[in-house]
Amino acid sequence: MPLITEITIFVLAAFVGFEVISKVPTTLHTPLMSQTNAIHGIVLLGGLIVVGLSNFWLDNLIGTIAIFFGTINIVGGFMVTDRMLGMFVRKPKKEEPAEKPDAGDGDAGAE
Amino acid sequence: MTAPLLAALDPQSAFVQACYIVAFSLFILGIRRGTHPTTAKQGNLIAATGMVIAVATTLALKGIGNWGLIAIGMGGGAIVGVVASRRVQMTAMPQMVALYNGVGGGAVALIAWGEFRHFLALGEAIPLDTFVPILFSMVIGSVSFWGSNIAFGKLQGLIPGQPVKVPGQQVLNGLLLVGIVTVCIVLGFDHDSGPSQGLFIAVLIAAALLGNLFVLPIGGADMPVVISLLNAFTGLSAAAAGIELDNTALIVAGTLVGSSGTILTLAMATAMNRSVPNILFAGFGALPTGAAEAEERPVTSIGAQDAAIKLAYADSVVIVPGYGMAVAQAQHAVKEMANELEKRGVDVAYAIHPVAGRMPGHMNVLLAEADVPYEELKEMDDINPEMPHTDVAVVIGANDVTNPAAKDDPNSPIAGMPIIEVDEAQQVIVIKRSLSPGFAGIDNDLFYNEKTSMLFSDAKQAAADIAAEIENL
Repeated sequence: MPLITEITIFVLAAFVGFEVISKVPTTLHTPLMSQTNAIHGIVLLGGLIVVGLSNFWLDNLIGTIAIFFGTINIVGGFMVTDRMLGMFVRKPKKEEPAEKPDAGDGDAGAE
Repeated sequence: MTAPLLAALDPQSAFVQACYIVAFSLFILGIRRGTHPTTAKQGNLIAATGMVIAVATTLALKGIGNWGLIAIGMGGGAIVGVVASRRVQMTAMPQMVALYNGVGGGAVALIAWGEFRHFLALGEAIPLDTFVPILFSMVIGSVSFWGSNIAFGKLQGLIPGQPVKVPGQQVLNGLLLVGIVTVCIVLGFDHDSGPSQGLFIAVLIAAALLGNLFVLPIGGADMPVVISLLNAFTGLSAAAAGIELDNTALIVAGTLVGSSGTILTLAMATAMNRSVPNILFAGFGALPTGAAEAEERPVTSIGAQDAAIKLAYADSVVIVPGYGMAVAQAQHAVKEMANELEKRGVDVAYAIHPVAGRMPGHMNVLLAEADVPYEELKEMDDINPEMPHTDVAVVIGANDVTNPAAKDDPNSPIAGMPIIEVDEAQQVIVIKRSLSPGFAGIDNDLFYNEKTSMLFSDAKQAAADIAAEIENL
């Protein structure tokens, strides 16, 4: 791909990124960070390509570690984000019994 | 014979490119859904779907092989990822994000090195439009790998959180940077005549050193900025890796991460009223300032019972959490206390300073974990106008972000930093273990204000005690 095309993609993506991400409220900044970490795990693709090209132990090692790191990012990042965002989703059972906080106490006490 | 057919997709084919376009579109959509707490979980799934498409497409490409190694790398990574994401406590999220940042940067640096070795093995000239991104991603990836590891160490308490100062550090960092750039230019000139791998590795090591030295002098309370900045770095390095590998999904994904990190870095710096270079290079809080000489000023000290009475008979209470709440794991106890107050009809809100805690949004996640509805979490600019009508402000484990010196004393090191104006509230209760100064190393005038009562205790214990006392009233 011509370099100039790639730079075009980069610049456009930067504008899209700024537009979309500046709308993320501060409340969600921590999940945003862990989610972007997970998206960053796409470097796994590079690791796969490097390992595919390699036939020497050092290249194998470099590629395998890159794959390992990338997968940690993807799996860990998306899962921990999911876990965090689950906490922001209102539990429906808690909505209606506003004056029955016992249910809430049970939840909150489960440390 | 579908398997060999599948395993032979041409990387440049329209089908493969289309799959990558779908993948990065899903990333953007996923982040777009992340703009509201109720849709964010779904957005995360959308982004994850995009990732599955990108990875599956790549696995089916021509030239992908060494399946044993791929299985080891992906299997091992998946296990570590699952275990880590299940086990991590919400209070430890900053460390976790630092670590993920680190491995991301490390992966990019390794890929750059692998690509470089591939070209060397072929004995071909490396085109400059590939070589420059290789060098860039190698340097930035290595800096963010080591920088993130140091940040992780500081947050985890493995390395002292205080700024570690080495004499002449700025000069050393500057020289390292100049050296790295110079050697990269030398390598670049050799791009068609077999650049030296020795030099390449030297740059890799110099960048590692720079990563270490650059984060070591930065103190714990500046970590929100550091983590965001490293996030931006790893993103840019991934975008560069995308250019070196001619992969659009990588370019777009890396750029998105880079934008996110940049936005957060700027937001954090604004919230501290300091420039990014000042935070990175000033080693704020390193100097034991003269203000540390204990002035003997009277403070009002109260117990949990008196605090409970003040709170229970208030109409409106604003809770201001800080890093101390995270350290004490007090978020559940705080929520219990708020529950007791709400049962009595007291209006409770939480005021979150943008840099409270150790990463952007740290307090929000902790309180969400304790089931605090996100509507009760108020941003600084929204809550400050409410402060004069607030009966009691409860400061739990926060310090510098409430220090009125930021607006009153132009000579204060934190002068001009936006604060949560608890001193405007009718009464203030500060839960704190001692009068020790916060990160900025300066006395907090708030503690000596006549409206302020100090409750000297661990945050978790204090909140639990107050909750129990309110229940008994």
